[in-house]
Amino acid sequence: MILQANAISLKINETRILHNVSASLGSGELLGLIGPNGAGKTSLLRVLANLQTPDDGEVLYDRQTLSNINRRELAQAMGYLAQGAPAHWPLKVKRLVELGRLPHLAPWGRLASQDHYAVAQAMAQAEVSHLTDRVVSTLSGGERLRVLLARLFATNPTVILADEPIAALDPYHQLHTMELLKQHCQRGGSAVVVLHDLNMAARFCDRLVLMNHGEIAIAGSTETILSNPILSDVYGIEVETLKGQSGTVLVPHSRIPPRTVST
Amino acid sequence: MTRTLGNSLLILLALTTAILFVLALHTGPSRIHFIDDIQTIMQGKDTLTAMILTEIRLPRALLAMTVGATLGIAGAALQGLLRNPLAGPGLVGVSNCAALGAVLALYFGLSSLAWFAVPLAGMIGAAISVLLVFMMAGRNSSIMTLLLAGVAVNAVASSLISLALNFAPNPYAMSEMVFWLLGSLANRSLADFYLALPFMLAGWILILLGGRFLTALSLGEETAQSLGFHMGRQRALLVVGVALCVGAAVSVSGNIGFVGLLIPHLLRPLVQYDPGRLLPASALGGAAMVLLADISVQLISPNQELKLGVVTALVGGPFFLYLIIKTRNSLL
Repeated sequence: MILQANAISLKINETRILHNVSASLGSGELLGLIGPNGAGKTSLLRVLANLQTPDDGEVLYDRQTLSNINRRELAQAMGYLAQGAPAHWPLKVKRLVELGRLPHLAPWGRLASQDHYAVAQAMAQAEVSHLTDRVVSTLSGGERLRVLLARLFATNPTVILADEPIAALDPYHQLHTMELLKQHCQRGGSAVVVLHDLNMAARFCDRLVLMNHGEIAIAGSTETILSNPILSDVYGIEVETLKGQSGTVLVPHSRIPPRTVST
Repeated sequence: MTRTLGNSLLILLALTTAILFVLALHTGPSRIHFIDDIQTIMQGKDTLTAMILTEIRLPRALLAMTVGATLGIAGAALQGLLRNPLAGPGLVGVSNCAALGAVLALYFGLSSLAWFAVPLAGMIGAAISVLLVFMMAGRNSSIMTLLLAGVAVNAVASSLISLALNFAPNPYAMSEMVFWLLGSLANRSLADFYLALPFMLAGWILILLGGRFLTALSLGEETAQSLGFHMGRQRALLVVGVALCVGAAVSVSGNIGFVGLLIPHLLRPLVQYDPGRLLPASALGGAAMVLLADISVQLISPNQELKLGVVTALVGGPFFLYLIIKTRNSLL
């Protein structure tokens, strides 16, 4: 296991966000983190990325506790793509991708030839080489996300943690983004991706973790999770499963009305 | 390519600053022959013009350069840290709070206790204001909340300066108020420069150390953190850096407005909006702007000198309005 979360619990302002969550990520694996809004997916991803310290439990990267790993080494090993992928200044695309090399630079060091090579390669992998001189604020949502993925690839991390990377994209760019993440895993990396689109999860993820109310409702292979009736319970929806040429397709068709408690 | 362009910009700004520095030494009521007088000074002769140069004009030009550099770099650092183009030491109240600290130290006798009491009080004032604005406006501050927080901090600080000067046993309270609120470099000595310089230098170094962090912060706090930066440590480094240099600068020059807002904004497109690369450029640009403003002050009204802050505000005020109009969509 490259990344392992053991019994993670987290409270924010006395509100329970995560409770006794354990999960693991294998080498070359694309793990999907699914669940309704407020289930604790982003919080778990932040804990895995060492952006949030849990109240209980620990996260191990390559069998070492995150807090024992040097901040810079950890930044070289794990790349994090934040939800909404903000860019506060209209930086040029190349400069933005170059930021991915920061964990590899000495405090006053400049980009060396191997850094420029890594940047060019990352841009080619994410298919954004033609956008080099564009300003990030002029890009479409799909282009922008691919640029941010190129920034992640430029770091050359082993593990990518991406929070809802395809939430605001059209189907073409959703597929493109998921393909890029899958390719990262096929090259020997691993990834944890928070997803709302169950069909994308079904199509690309090797394993799924279904979260609900800060706990893991169920975890396992994609087929097992998506065919389990617990999925309907957790999301509160009726799901129809269709068999298509590209595999199983899930069609959410109606809400299950919330149960009312009679007194 | 970008690096070469960036270096050319720095060289150009440094040359402009150097030329303005020499012009500043030339500017003043008495005419001097620069090269002859430099030779006289080098020979160690005590002529009148040598005295004018070393006692009056040199400290004034050195202070204009370093105070300007401080305001420029601090403005760029605050804008990068708050990720907001309208943040600047004047607008968010850092300069006024630093002035308040210096006023309290000066007029209540603290300056006699230790030589560094006035700049130290200025620095404490500056640090408190940055933290206040940070607390009020939050990390992902909208332009509206940031400006409102700045207005509040500024109003309280400038009223307290006036109040402190009213209560102080000082017959020139009124003119002192004008000095602290509008800033001036007239009648400063080399001792003032030497007093402020170490703190300004320390502040610049701390801010420059945070340059790479500011660039990473363009992608948000979480991304910066995931790139290996310790948020709390980096933020503290910049806040202390800004407080050190602005506190020291304001305690010798008073509050010279708009330099920290105007300069980073003008130079940002020339460094491709990179907050880290903006820092050294803004330092040089700020130095050039305050040198130019101080030369103008002496030329416009040689007999009854204008306050420096009047000139910077005359240029900066309309520019600020232009910025508001340009960004009004995000204000609504």
